[in-house]
Amino acid sequence: MVKVTVDGIVVDVPNGSSALQACEAAGKEIPRFCFHERLSVAGNCRMCLVQVVRAPKPVASCGFPVAEGMEILTDTEIVRKARRAVMEFLLINHPLDCPICDQGGECDLQDQAFGYGADHSRYQEAKRAVKDKYLGPLVKTVMTRCIQCTRCIRFATEIAGVPELGAVSRGENMEVTNYVEKALTSELSGNLIDICPVGALTSKPYAFTARPWELKRTDSIDVSDAVGTNISLHVRGSAVLRAVPRVNDAVNEEWLADKGRFSVDGLKHRRLDRPWVRVHGKLQAVSWQDAFVAIGRRLDGVPGDRIGAIAGDLCDAESMLALKDLMTALGSPNIDCRQDGADYDLSHRAYYTFGTTIAGIEDADALLIVGSIPRQEAPVLNARIRKRFLAAGRGGFPIGLIGAPTADPTYKAELLGEGPEVLAALRDGMHPFAEVLKAAKKPMIIVGHGALTRPDARAILASAWALAAETGAIGAGWNGFNVLHRAASRVAGLDMGLVPGKGGRSAAGMMSGGVDVLWLLGADEFHTAQIGPDTFVIYQGHHGDAAAARADVILPGATYAEKSGTYVNTEGRVQRSFRAVMPPGEAREDWRILRAFSEVVGHTLPYDTVEMLRERLATVNPVFRVIGGLDAVDASALPGPTGGGAVSSAPFRPVFDDYYQTDPICRASPTMGECSRIYVHPRTVAAE
Amino acid sequence: MSAHSPIDQIEQPASFAFDAESEEQIAAILAKYPPERKASGTLPLLYVVQKQMSRQTGSAWVPRVAMDEIARRLEVAPIRVYEVATFYLMFNTRPIGRYHLQVCTTTSCWLRGSDDVVAACKKATGISGFGQSSADGLFTLTEVECLGACANAPILQVDDDFYEDLDGPRTIELIEALRRGERPTPGPTIDRMNSAPEGGRRTLTDSPAKQG
Repeated sequence: MVKVTVDGIVVDVPNGSSALQACEAAGKEIPRFCFHERLSVAGNCRMCLVQVVRAPKPVASCGFPVAEGMEILTDTEIVRKARRAVMEFLLINHPLDCPICDQGGECDLQDQAFGYGADHSRYQEAKRAVKDKYLGPLVKTVMTRCIQCTRCIRFATEIAGVPELGAVSRGENMEVTNYVEKALTSELSGNLIDICPVGALTSKPYAFTARPWELKRTDSIDVSDAVGTNISLHVRGSAVLRAVPRVNDAVNEEWLADKGRFSVDGLKHRRLDRPWVRVHGKLQAVSWQDAFVAIGRRLDGVPGDRIGAIAGDLCDAESMLALKDLMTALGSPNIDCRQDGADYDLSHRAYYTFGTTIAGIEDADALLIVGSIPRQEAPVLNARIRKRFLAAGRGGFPIGLIGAPTADPTYKAELLGEGPEVLAALRDGMHPFAEVLKAAKKPMIIVGHGALTRPDARAILASAWALAAETGAIGAGWNGFNVLHRAASRVAGLDMGLVPGKGGRSAAGMMSGGVDVLWLLGADEFHTAQIGPDTFVIYQGHHGDAAAARADVILPGATYAEKSGTYVNTEGRVQRSFRAVMPPGEAREDWRILRAFSEVVGHTLPYDTVEMLRERLATVNPVFRVIGGLDAVDASALPGPTGGGAVSSAPFRPVFDDYYQTDPICRASPTMGECSRIYVHPRTVAAE
Repeated sequence: MSAHSPIDQIEQPASFAFDAESEEQIAAILAKYPPERKASGTLPLLYVVQKQMSRQTGSAWVPRVAMDEIARRLEVAPIRVYEVATFYLMFNTRPIGRYHLQVCTTTSCWLRGSDDVVAACKKATGISGFGQSSADGLFTLTEVECLGACANAPILQVDDDFYEDLDGPRTIELIEALRRGERPTPGPTIDRMNSAPEGGRRTLTDSPAKQG
């Protein structure tokens, strides 16, 4: 530790800290543009100038290392003058078009010009103008506003791992650009908008939509993947206008994947806003009461084991529990939250969660990825892997990959093979990567749903656990066994046991006439043609997607933005979101729908408020009682998941082909549709 | 707009491959750097490209496909090569004429009459301003900063050669010679050797032995 005095306040900061960090430790706010905590230090904006006693001139505090006994002055006339001069230079070529700039109201330059800007400009000459760049369908550019802080270049290169942005030319002619007119190929590109301190990079779909002071902010959880990214939904009136990330160092740091950020426009398209009942093959709008009566009539006389329920990927824990309780009351063991056909060992939580934790990735020193493409299944988590990869330096974090990669993973990874036979070879020590895992002190293994949605999932899971145990990935103080989920609802569903009961049918078993009445709670990710022609389908959900088209009764539910819900991310971290807007039309919160229906069929669920339902949730599994936190699991004494049987030699397939079209919300989102056309199906665009 | 204005308006070749002569040079260049630091070869490889383009097409410039090829060779992101190529004014990211006329107009040359050299270049080639090429495609006129040969001001650099101590008429003469396909000997265009005084030595003309 180094003792530093900042404006007379003595602070202790770690060796190698910058003067800026010392100032922050002393509670002094230092204006900055180019400096960002999570990026490398560039030191080119010069806004963070401070005075260091006995230094001949003001120093840029972001890149100035502290020394024992250093005295820093942050608020002297010299400092103020220097910062004012820097601001004057920054504003020389800035267009000052705040009234038509989307960054207005949340702009670092605007805010800091308030403190250090002059009331008039002394600059009489021509300002430079820069041609706007094309960065794809998500990021809008107004490059004349750019102050060349290079944050976007560093973000793309360091965090996103797509070195596509750069600064070309020099001096007056310097421009931040990708040089080629090509869309950024990152699933994290939306973060460029947050990271840009001025209005040069703004959100294309959100352009000219609202001012920040008009927006009501509600804390929520991103449900587009299983990372559980903490987000804030920005609402005006009844519309969610945008989603931005909240800082949570344990989960998403301050990043948000593009799907979570830009699919919010799907919340207002193709919504189910009133109940429907199919009469003589045609859907007819009905009242809630009539819809319930129609279901009740159909259920009359149907034995419990001929009723089934499947919960989808976006469901909150509350509605899933209400569904489970309803099915139990109806005497049905046929419940499933695994519409993709995944299989897990539920005997211990460590067998189906991301045991290392997301922040724990930064401690790992070797990684094996089995049947997963984290870049697409969990882009924010992938950024954490890249962060570890960069921090470890050359060769410090060897990564092995089993599966068919569809894109650059953004870090150097060795492709070990495409199928489960590699796992066996690793266990036998036949594969050289086994030595890498053994040599590592904290190796980790990630098993994805490319491996877990196959008939031999249990065997692969057991084999992966065994490999982890043999290579020292599971021990005291370190749990290197990870299951990477892709559905936001999945871990909560498994935690509450939303899986077939004794003699119950799985999701696949409910198809082809396996049940007479099928209740789909937001379940759309399977081929609805598999449902038997005589099966009576109740679709409870928020979007008119595939399953709603097949349904006999449609019950309009609420999206994640329209209800307060509990979600458990892939780590097993329980998080809660809040209601940002009301559901449209006659749509209702899902647990209330189930509660109301239970009364109609005479099996009234024992909760009247969401608090009572949450109490029940905590009774079902105590993990639901701890919100936000995560207890470390000592997995060293566990015997490992059970699972034998033959392992097929078929290669692992990617979980999905199109990152931008994975759930009903993003399929309804025009922005996601555009992304899909540009990024996933570029050839069709060219052919048009 | 600078010489590095957006490339999308320029007709770019569809492909680029190094020829045998370039490959030889590249092998020599990359041998200088450790394999994991071969990105250091960016600058010299850009020169190799520019020379090859000059040999093959008569226009010494660096097309984008060539920068992509360099990036592939050096295992860096293409944007890193674009950044370097556009930063240094010695690399032409758009096609130029057969002869690249680079006039120094910095203080020393300007005081010694670079305005006349510029006017002569324009008159002899028909070019109207800096950064432009002549109608016949033979010449491109560029204004450059100090070439570091102030003792021989004013200077006109043609491709890699310095023509020194110029004035208007001699500049026209030089350009006419180039047009005829000749390459006059580089160096001073007046009666002096390198930077020595005009007309021969003026001082220390006596032999110390004679003074004896």
